[in-house]
Amino acid sequence: MKVSPTLTSYLQVGPLLLVLLLFFGIPLLVAYSFFQFDGLDSVPAFDFVNYIDVLTSRVTLSLYLKTLYYAVVVWAITLLIGFTVAYFLAFHVKSLIWQMALLLLCTVPFWTSNIIRMISWIPFLGRNGIFNNALIAAGITDQPLEFLLFSDFAVIIAYVHLFTLFMIVPIFNSMARIDKSLIEAAHDGGASAWSIIWDIVIPLSRTGIALGSIFVITLVMGDFFVVKVMSGSQSASIAMAMSNQIAMVQYPPAAASAVILLIVVSLMVAAILRVVDVRKEIAG
Amino acid sequence: MQKLQTGKRPLSFYVLSAFFGLFVLFLYGPMSAIYILSFQGPSGGLTFPMRGWSLHWFDALFSQQRTGDFAGAFTRSMILAAMVLLLTVAVSVVAGLAFRRRFVGAAFVFYLAVASLIMPGLLVGLGVGLTFQTLGIQTRWFASALGAQLTWTLPFGMLIMFAVFSRFNRAYEEAARDLGATNWQIFLWVVLPILFPGMIAVALFGFTLSYDEFPRTLLTSGATNTLPMEIWGMTTNVTSPALYALGTVTTLVSFIAITLALGSIAIIQWRRSRRPPGITTHSTKEQE
Repeated sequence: MKVSPTLTSYLQVGPLLLVLLLFFGIPLLVAYSFFQFDGLDSVPAFDFVNYIDVLTSRVTLSLYLKTLYYAVVVWAITLLIGFTVAYFLAFHVKSLIWQMALLLLCTVPFWTSNIIRMISWIPFLGRNGIFNNALIAAGITDQPLEFLLFSDFAVIIAYVHLFTLFMIVPIFNSMARIDKSLIEAAHDGGASAWSIIWDIVIPLSRTGIALGSIFVITLVMGDFFVVKVMSGSQSASIAMAMSNQIAMVQYPPAAASAVILLIVVSLMVAAILRVVDVRKEIAG
Repeated sequence: MQKLQTGKRPLSFYVLSAFFGLFVLFLYGPMSAIYILSFQGPSGGLTFPMRGWSLHWFDALFSQQRTGDFAGAFTRSMILAAMVLLLTVAVSVVAGLAFRRRFVGAAFVFYLAVASLIMPGLLVGLGVGLTFQTLGIQTRWFASALGAQLTWTLPFGMLIMFAVFSRFNRAYEEAARDLGATNWQIFLWVVLPILFPGMIAVALFGFTLSYDEFPRTLLTSGATNTLPMEIWGMTTNVTSPALYALGTVTTLVSFIAITLALGSIAIIQWRRSRRPPGITTHSTKEQE
């Protein structure tokens, strides 16, 4: 019996599609967002009350503003660091083996626990932490700085620590494909180093920048545990508020906030994709 | 380029090297601090100075009840990670083969995978949890949590297989077919060995991403914990270096996995590069 090539493709992609469809979870998320919640149980219904509650609550706006603030600041910092590191690896490290070795050095923490990497900042930033002790020893300050731990500063530093890799790898990937003779030609033509970066490197690595931005922004928008631990529960994010609702088994309101968050995140991703078409990069 | 390479390195090289060095320090510095602190003496606290050196907090991890069911959580995490590894490798390789041909719906599968890759983990967990609740099935770490984790490891595996297949030279398959090999023989003896280093990379992602997975597992693991949830519980309850000891143990497992994977990829690539160019017949392989 001969199987046609098209059928073979469908059989081969079947397991992937099956898992993704079975565990995508969105249909039930949407269904629950219309259920009624009577304070104890979720009652099947088709009711917009959860959405109205979320959208008219004053907390929602401040949560979104706070989460967007984190997303924008972390995006800017990770982009700056990620671009610089990728630029160094792609254009200043000449040997391929060194490039791969240094890139791996940046990648290894990604394969270890995020929670552990996050709490590793606690002995660093605390009142009697390494950083404060060093500052006092150096005579820069005589009082330990209080703002280091359990603050926006701590939240942002943990995000940057966890997520910069997601900028480095895609940007490096784009930069590695840039034809080096272009740079050389610009150099010979008398272009300054800045104009080479601005007019050649940035435009040609825009797909990597877009992919990295999508990763970092979606990760920050969906985070609940970094903001909880690193702010000492003094700050909150949308997903953290949602996880509190889930802990109190308020599934319908949580599902409604989840759907709204999903729409907001999708719009942000769509906006990035509108500026830069990344399809060629990943599919190509 | 020749001119740039032979001359002295520009100043920007040194500035950027320093920047890179600082970044690596930023990446590894805090992590190494908690590994050192996990060897605190029995009276030691959560921060420096070290009050003696001991294995006290590792001991506390295994013996004391207050740290919860550490051994059980560890076992479950390892089994779950092994299951995710096997499924991720198998499904990604086979799906990668499918994408080598054009088929209707390829774009849909691709975008579905990318969407589930960037979907916030807590929402995946909530969605899967609600699905199981509606169907009246208990959430279990080996069922619902396994599925929730696969929605995140499979897209990674798929993207890695895309990268591997984009460099795949089909001439090897054609040569095998010309010599009379069946489809199955071509897959087993030609395609699979070429893909093998890529498959190890997929396995590394599958194992470590599952072993450390938290937001997707939180709402789907049911009545029993996995290790990251155990750690999460400790961040809010435990204020002793036992927390760091757990961090050191779990990172050690990750490092072993990383070393095994990268080491075997390096060995395979080295052995392949040693083979004289042009002679890749069966007999030379036997001589090695």
